[in-house]
Amino acid sequence: MNSIDTKTIRMGGLAPTGVVLGGLVGLGGIAASIALGADESGWTNFWKSYIFAFMVITGISLGGLFFVMLQHITRAGWSVVVRRLSEGFASNLRWLWIAFVPVIILVWSGEGAVLYPWADPVVVQNDPVLLKKAGYLDPTFWSIRAICFLFIWAALAQFFVGQSIRQDSDGDVSRTRRMQAAAPVGILLYGISQTFAGIDWVMTLEPTWFSTMFGVYWFAVSLTGFFSCLILLACFLQSAGRLKGAISKDHYQDMGKLLFAFGVVFWAYIGYSQFMLIWYANIPIETGWFLPRQMGPWKWVSLLLILGHFALPFVLLVSRWPKRWKNALAAIALWMVLMMIVDVYWLVMPTMSAKAVHDATNLMELVDAVDAGTLSVGWNLTVTNFTALVGMLGLLVAGTCAGLWRCSLVPAADPRLDESLAFENL
Amino acid sequence: MTTSPVQADARPDAMVVDDMNPDTGTSQLWGLAAEFSTPAAIMEAAKKVHAAGYRWWDCHTPFPVHGLDFAMGIKYTILPIIVFFGGLTGTCLALLLQVFTNSLELNIWAIVPVVGYQFEVSGKPLISLPAFIPVIFEVTVLFSALTTVGGMLFLNKLPCLYHPVLKSPKLKRATDDRFYLVIESRDPKFVRPRTEELLESLKPDALIELEA
Repeated sequence: MNSIDTKTIRMGGLAPTGVVLGGLVGLGGIAASIALGADESGWTNFWKSYIFAFMVITGISLGGLFFVMLQHITRAGWSVVVRRLSEGFASNLRWLWIAFVPVIILVWSGEGAVLYPWADPVVVQNDPVLLKKAGYLDPTFWSIRAICFLFIWAALAQFFVGQSIRQDSDGDVSRTRRMQAAAPVGILLYGISQTFAGIDWVMTLEPTWFSTMFGVYWFAVSLTGFFSCLILLACFLQSAGRLKGAISKDHYQDMGKLLFAFGVVFWAYIGYSQFMLIWYANIPIETGWFLPRQMGPWKWVSLLLILGHFALPFVLLVSRWPKRWKNALAAIALWMVLMMIVDVYWLVMPTMSAKAVHDATNLMELVDAVDAGTLSVGWNLTVTNFTALVGMLGLLVAGTCAGLWRCSLVPAADPRLDESLAFENL
Repeated sequence: MTTSPVQADARPDAMVVDDMNPDTGTSQLWGLAAEFSTPAAIMEAAKKVHAAGYRWWDCHTPFPVHGLDFAMGIKYTILPIIVFFGGLTGTCLALLLQVFTNSLELNIWAIVPVVGYQFEVSGKPLISLPAFIPVIFEVTVLFSALTTVGGMLFLNKLPCLYHPVLKSPKLKRATDDRFYLVIESRDPKFVRPRTEELLESLKPDALIELEA
């Protein structure tokens, strides 16, 4: 059985450093995005970059909340030593709503069409499909839903993180029972809210398109980001001399398994299932979403995702030894975070003019127009994309450090801590 | 296998080293078993027997004892590698099967015409990888699963219809509350007095002879 070096279970100086540096990078990145955001086509570039970067850190934080509730629901013993780290990610949901307020204000103010085409009444009136969806894609109803999701996540994060941290000081086992009782309800609320958040915030960027798989795909994206970040945080803290003797090779192996299962295999399974049905049925209203993603530069990004998000990590993570070799696992996790970011970018950015698709007589005409540069597929890699992403990642670092600042890095009074320390893979 | 340990102990012919004369025994000695009552004791014993250089020996415990494999010096199984290639075989076979049945058109020796079912579905090419993936996936899983089970049986030399350890009524407590370390007589290092001495030095609760 491992034993924790109790002198190393606090972040100490790392926390304020992380909060200050992350906060500065975060605010600087957002400010730079605002300064650089407007171009000749208006503010669309800024808002798309913003929602892209926001979804990246929301996905990672939501994954943390899911993982915490999953451990309580299954009464898992092995994961106790890494649960506080995932609570650190989940704790971001307590403030993340602030970063979404600008988007809600944007939609409320009637200018929402720069981001969401359905927010423009004229567009809706002229599109029979959008007219049918107008009841759901209504700015007021949309905003109420968004506020509900953000409130649910903040409340769940507050409950699970708060109970767990308070248990550190009072050692009250009934808190564990309370969290176990709340987890099934919480995970149900989480499942519904994260599904509809994915649909409302990302899928409706292309409002005529729909996929019943999209919520699950967003779940897979979110868990890819979370498990990679969990591994990276654990590796970072241990290399900085924290959590000595707490997280063993066996814990890394299990986190690697979860990354392999959710981030590689499940992601590919869901992504393929979504693609295959649309490809096979070949109905224009459904294939329209994949059209720009298979043209111009986007087709290379799509291939990169198949190879880099599935084939390569599948081969790298399928064996036992890379998951038990901390440095190798950290390198793979870093690559997977990058792939998750590319994936979100691939979800948010591509667009194609519906009129051009409607007017084209065949597919090759569109392909030629894209190759000739006369038809845009939304490929617009700007500095704003990077500043927004770096800014939001800075806020994620700052928020996670703030969440772990005043508490122990392991749930020191958890009744299953000893079980977790003794955990071994057979 | 239905006799309980208590009944087994009560049998008069239970073989213990002290009351058996090796010269007059009708059966051949298969191995020696040392009985322990705690996982920690067998763990220590396994380390010493491994250090002494024995190769044909095993431990029998009522439940998996963590770290015992390591103490015994057992290498990690090669089963995953076999399964990987089993799965890869399934992948290739499923791909070939579908390409073969969907689009094949060839004449063997220019006499036997072999033509696949060349159905055109919703204007897709005859060889469309996206349509093949579900079958490729399923056959890969099937082959991996069969290779796992088959490889496990092969590597464990199963099915094993007879094993000398099962013959001794004493060792039936290995399924209940005792831990046994068995050294087989075919081990090149097995020399009865010396092996007995080694096992005695491990301070077992009992030393049991096993006949073939």
